[in-house]
Amino acid sequence: MLAKRIIPCLDIDRGRVVKGINFVNLKDAGDPVEQAQIYDEEGADELVFLDITASSQNRNIVIQMVEKVAEQIFIPFTVGGGIRSLENIRQLLKAGADKVSLNTAAVLQPQLIQDSAKRFGSQCIVVAIDAKRVNLPTGSSNGKISWEVYIHGGRTATSKDVIQWARQVAELGAGEILLTSMDCDGTKNGYDIELTRTVSETVNIPVIASGGAGNLEHLSEVLIKGKANAVLAASIFHFREYTIQQAKEYLQKQGITVRL
Amino acid sequence: MITIIDYGMGNLRSVEKALQRVSCTTQITNNPEKVIAAEKLVLPGVGAFGEAKHNLDRLGLTPAILQAVQKKVPLLGICLGFQLLFAHSEENGNHSGLGIFPGSVRLFPQGLKVPHMGWNQVQIVRNNRLLENIPDNSFFYFAHSYYVELEPNDFVIGTTEYGLNFVSVVGKDNIWGMQFHPEKSQKWGLEILKNFSQV
Repeated sequence: MLAKRIIPCLDIDRGRVVKGINFVNLKDAGDPVEQAQIYDEEGADELVFLDITASSQNRNIVIQMVEKVAEQIFIPFTVGGGIRSLENIRQLLKAGADKVSLNTAAVLQPQLIQDSAKRFGSQCIVVAIDAKRVNLPTGSSNGKISWEVYIHGGRTATSKDVIQWARQVAELGAGEILLTSMDCDGTKNGYDIELTRTVSETVNIPVIASGGAGNLEHLSEVLIKGKANAVLAASIFHFREYTIQQAKEYLQKQGITVRL
Repeated sequence: MITIIDYGMGNLRSVEKALQRVSCTTQITNNPEKVIAAEKLVLPGVGAFGEAKHNLDRLGLTPAILQAVQKKVPLLGICLGFQLLFAHSEENGNHSGLGIFPGSVRLFPQGLKVPHMGWNQVQIVRNNRLLENIPDNSFFYFAHSYYVELEPNDFVIGTTEYGLNFVSVVGKDNIWGMQFHPEKSQKWGLEILKNFSQV
């Protein structure tokens, strides 16, 4: 059986891991290679490195970090943040990343999804979608919920509908969708189940749920009810509230296939 | 020394680093002469089948690999490199492979999430020294949209379930191949690479 994946996310600033709550009070939390090794030993299925201060100067630091991680870690890892061109993607893959995650650039130039999937293969192109619920005046929505795509780290609304965009990125050749609920992110009240389920039922590519994990029940809820193929979580693992091993043992008890 | 064949399909660094981790010395090459003279060969790769085969042909690597195989040089195909060992592929048209094993590469049926992405189990159907010390039903990392159609054959040593049962490991004489990525499959993946380095 294909296992559901548990994916810790590490935020990277100038080549160091940082931890913060809602992007404030960022604290240096150490060396990415060491952190990655800890997660690898605990049984993480995959890792995501998110370059939160992506800039051209930072690019070389990140590439060096990717090279070091690739030497030590023998599980797949994804790198995201500020990727704008085929050349950026080529450099990261060449340095040893297994996948790249595109977000803003995918919205601004959807052709990049198609071109990169064609050139490097769909399996290494993840499209990250930041989704926010649309608040319609009471009575005007016919009971239907919708979500809007945001870019630039959640600062810019695009007026794109998340479900339509998800369908489009799958058609363009993305291999996976990393779906973050901006409403739930940082709340620790659980994932947006409805969003995750709707996207997962719409597209025939795997969906990674992100944003809102506060306890282990939240993980199983989004995997079962939300029909997610994988879960991404940051703070519950960073702050050692749970180890990956504990999370997997819990999920197995709920009848979910995990790699233990 | 293990020779990793570079034919322009994907990053070879992870394969190289994983082999080095299990104490192998490595070289990466696209030179047919070096392929023929190799002690052991790894054919990795990700991407499209047609383009991969075109590159192997263009670089003169197709006859070099077949010649090395004839000379009994151990060969390990990984992911796309595994699929290339078979006779043909339906990926974007109809392409012929290296034809070392009979069989066809096909798209997963409708209704499944594709790519088949993540950790899945390998059922060992036949003992083989490549899988020595590997427990039955161990998890390995897969990332592919096409699969090798199962034909009951004595070279099939491992199978995997994803909507259907497909061939995930083959081995015969000096040739082995696997659909998953041993270089990304943590300890059991490294164990397989170690076994290959010792054949």
